[in-house]
Amino acid sequence: MAYKNVLKYSDVTPKADYMNRRQLMGGAAGLFAGMAMGPALGASKYSTDATPNTFEEISSYNNFYEFGTGKDDPARHAHQLTIDPWSVQIDGMVDKPGSYGLEDILKKVSQEERIYRFRCVEAWSMVIPWYGFELNQLLDMAGVQPGAKYVAFETLVRKEEMPGIRTVNVDWPYREGLRLDEAMHPLTIMATGIYDKPMPKQNGAPLRLVVPWKYGFKSIKSIVRVTLTDKQPLTTWNMLQPREYGFYSNVNPEVSHPRWSQATERTIGGGLFAKRKETLMFNGYEEEVAGLYSGMDLAKNF
Amino acid sequence: MKLVDHLNHGLRKVPVWLVYTLGAALPFWYLYLGLTGGLGVEPIKALEHELGELGLQTLILGLAVTPLRAITGVNLIRLRRVIGVLTFFYVAAHLLVWLVLDVQILSEIWKDILKRPYITVGMAAFILMTPLAITSNNWSIRKLGPRWGKLHKLVYPTAALGGIHYIMVGKTWEAESLLYMAVILVLLGWRVNDSRKKQRSRAIHQRNSARPA
Repeated sequence: MAYKNVLKYSDVTPKADYMNRRQLMGGAAGLFAGMAMGPALGASKYSTDATPNTFEEISSYNNFYEFGTGKDDPARHAHQLTIDPWSVQIDGMVDKPGSYGLEDILKKVSQEERIYRFRCVEAWSMVIPWYGFELNQLLDMAGVQPGAKYVAFETLVRKEEMPGIRTVNVDWPYREGLRLDEAMHPLTIMATGIYDKPMPKQNGAPLRLVVPWKYGFKSIKSIVRVTLTDKQPLTTWNMLQPREYGFYSNVNPEVSHPRWSQATERTIGGGLFAKRKETLMFNGYEEEVAGLYSGMDLAKNF
Repeated sequence: MKLVDHLNHGLRKVPVWLVYTLGAALPFWYLYLGLTGGLGVEPIKALEHELGELGLQTLILGLAVTPLRAITGVNLIRLRRVIGVLTFFYVAAHLLVWLVLDVQILSEIWKDILKRPYITVGMAAFILMTPLAITSNNWSIRKLGPRWGKLHKLVYPTAALGGIHYIMVGKTWEAESLLYMAVILVLLGWRVNDSRKKQRSRAIHQRNSARPA
């Protein structure tokens, strides 16, 4: 292999090794039923080859207002959160509504690593090696009924463990939503880990959404409820500032936030002299997702 | 001696040059922290924020000098100039970080100033402060005479604009910036009230002295 200046996360484990390990894991999968968090099972075709941020960077700079509005508040306060046991209420227009235990969910889905670009609406970005499963697997598990058009999500509200619930002026719970076709898209995942570690609490443990072509706030954390509906659901940032945060919130360098440009982004980890980078349409996932919005005016449906 | 007198006695001994030196060193300390990881994984915004907040804090301190003396007797008047000059220094450094490290692109800077209200407001505050910084010396006070005092009333709109700028920067209504604004409004409100009181007492005084003896 030719010398490469820029190491990728996938370079940590030589391909031959992880291919072998994959065979072993295949045998082990029956025993562990997918419960164990395996090492990277080879690169997904949806993963970027950009260099991921360090675990330290990803887990120390977060927006999770349930723990406070400062970037370091989540890392400081999220340890109080208990995430075991955890269950997700799936309801609305599904065949099998009910409370789904996280362990039971994880037994039935197949998880893999997805290295995604992550672009915050505040114009900073990271590259994050998520570990998780496609949301469509969870939705199939519950059985989406024909009339359903949207998926609504809610974050846990637990005053005793989340200091921001009392101090931050938001109509809790934190709410997010996707159109059903967005939710079913293979890029849309429910993440349970970062690198080979369980999801840090400040990043939305134990189960969070990741929609890589949308601004980060769409990727709702610590999910306790998923509702299938035929009406566009309310979403927290849209409720707070409808002029500034749309339901779609697709990454779009041409549509400015009313108070700042979205044309460029600061990459986290570049230090004090990090150069700004041009923001890509749909955060670089244009080829995969542009079709979802054909014929739509993206400046109106921002 | 009362506590206030002790305090004032101590304050009189503080060398002004020391306040200048330590105050001016603060932004360099933050710069050092930013370079060495002390400001977290995103040091640009953090540095920008620290300097902006420092500017607002000293601005508030400067506005507090007069009411503090009137209400408690604590006299900071000797330090008011250094407080004001440092405020300008911090705000200029905040602006410089925004220009050089944050926005970086020259064409974007001008677009941002015109298109982004919170930047327009911040820039307006900076422009209002500039003549105050330039005239913060004895020569200007002598030269301008009574106009100097009038000119330096520009600190009031500067403070209001600074507070508004901070509120507008936030992604939502944030408690911290609202608190700063509240303090600024209280300090400005005190002046409105105070000047009304003075006017009233002047009017009474004039009426009394106009009476035939």
